[in-house]
Amino acid sequence: MKRTIPLVICLIFGIVMMVQFFIPHPVSVALYNLSNDWVRNVSAFALVLGVGSLVMYHIEKMRRRRQGWYYSIVALVAAAVTTVVGLGWGVKQGSPLQNIIFSNLMVPLNASMFAILAFYMASAAYRAFRARTKESALLLIAAFIVMLGMVPIGNTIWHKLPEVAEWVLSVPNMAAKRAILFGVALGAIATSLKIILGIERGWLGGSKS
Amino acid sequence: MIPFLILLLAAGPAAPLDTSVPALAPPPAPPGAVRAFDTPNDAGKSITLRWSAADTLAQAWLVERVEPATGPKVIATNKPGETSYLDEEVKDRVRYTYRIAALAGADTVWSGPTPEVSSSPQFFNANRINILIAMVIFFALIIYYIETAKKGKKLFVRRIAGLDAVEEAVGRATEMGKPIIYVPGLGSVADIATIASLNILGEVAKKVAQYDSALLVPNRDPIVYTVAREMVKEAYTKAGRPDAFRADSVFFITSEQFAYAAAVDGLMAREKPATNFFLGTFWAESLILAETGASTGAIQIAGTDSVFQLPFFITACDYTLIGEELYAASAYLSREPLLLGSLKGQDYGKIVIIAVAVIGSALLLLSKMPALSFFGHIVGFFNTN
Repeated sequence: MKRTIPLVICLIFGIVMMVQFFIPHPVSVALYNLSNDWVRNVSAFALVLGVGSLVMYHIEKMRRRRQGWYYSIVALVAAAVTTVVGLGWGVKQGSPLQNIIFSNLMVPLNASMFAILAFYMASAAYRAFRARTKESALLLIAAFIVMLGMVPIGNTIWHKLPEVAEWVLSVPNMAAKRAILFGVALGAIATSLKIILGIERGWLGGSKS
Repeated sequence: MIPFLILLLAAGPAAPLDTSVPALAPPPAPPGAVRAFDTPNDAGKSITLRWSAADTLAQAWLVERVEPATGPKVIATNKPGETSYLDEEVKDRVRYTYRIAALAGADTVWSGPTPEVSSSPQFFNANRINILIAMVIFFALIIYYIETAKKGKKLFVRRIAGLDAVEEAVGRATEMGKPIIYVPGLGSVADIATIASLNILGEVAKKVAQYDSALLVPNRDPIVYTVAREMVKEAYTKAGRPDAFRADSVFFITSEQFAYAAAVDGLMAREKPATNFFLGTFWAESLILAETGASTGAIQIAGTDSVFQLPFFITACDYTLIGEELYAASAYLSREPLLLGSLKGQDYGKIVIIAVAVIGSALLLLSKMPALSFFGHIVGFFNTN
């Protein structure tokens, strides 16, 4: 019973949403919007569980003095301050949450993390472009052509180089991308069907009922 | 007298007096073939108007709607090249008529009124009939192979190196006495890749429980966190080790993308895991996670359906599940005949797609020949709307 009810709900809603895709009638659109609203509502409740998990995890970490436990103090204080400021002064434009916490803390910290990506790209490129095998040699040559074709010096070396780079991107690269996307689309549909029919029950915590 | 005559001859005949007035531009012809009809395949409250330009003189088109209750009203002004209009400010089942005017300078030439038209919602989107047919064929293939698998027929599934390495990766963690970090992606539970990742998590957790290793599952989405927690708990129970499940091994971090990436980076740097799994939906943080993991010396198994993140994972990880392999992983690891049967259906679905692509390309080429232009209609059927 514990599993039958979720499976039946999944089956009904799976079929209803599938049929809804083909029905443009306002009743069908309203049903779709209602389902999305429910997803948002459930997410809001789940967030409470998430915050509970966050607090418990860090308290446990501090209690057991695990490596880097003092960072947990920072995490908990930050969470508490954000909550208090948000509840006390609101989340509107111009509020302390927006001006101080979001604009002056979150945005620069996010930007810093994003900026690190450039360095990781360089180190990953170094590893990828070592021509140890035929495939990586091919990757190196293709990358060299594309990179050179994208900068002004490429055009100076050979005026056809930007066109060659464009061809590499739009023909072999696009063909490979589309092949992957076909597989992804079919895989996604097959997985959805398996879940709707109750064949795939991993999301219920196991495969056998 | 002679000089006077010379002057007279030099002057020539007198220029005639210009009595004409400047020519006025002719007025534009009224728009032709004005049609107003209920917009097909929609949710109602919409009427489509189409007309044709009788000449090139019109500088703009005026669209007038006549409503029984309020009378005529100009509702839009179109540019000369725009000979259609979608009126989305109508009520269903109310009868309207329309007129279109060609505007040129001070001239406004109106067409005759259209027959009365009303909008109504439709119960089937005929533009999606091609999707429906493709879906029915694909579903039929999958169900047929699932039924075949049910009858006990042995199905061949090619080896996937990344999934074969799962056992080895879990064993390595046990030998080293270090944890396994499983990142179920940054997507929500509505993403199929996340669901596929959660299915794999169940299998991985079972192996972790059997090998008595430690598992850490940091989450970005609160719903994914709750599902992941239940799945890991259930996997431990199934493996006969419910006592080994630690509630704080599956935890929520934050919904912020880069804050999450920073937290997982920190976790990897501190815990020095033996194995990292990055399976699910990933965005720009994929390389940040994978490179940090690689720097700690962990075996890394990644998989995503995002073609933009795949190159990063292929570069920085030991094994990468490319696209559909992520969806196949659950069947591959569990070896359940029903799930394997659906994989076979997927493969035949791909054969159908390849056949359609080849035939469609051939028809498209043939339709460019004037004598075979009717092939264009067949190709048009495959366009999605």
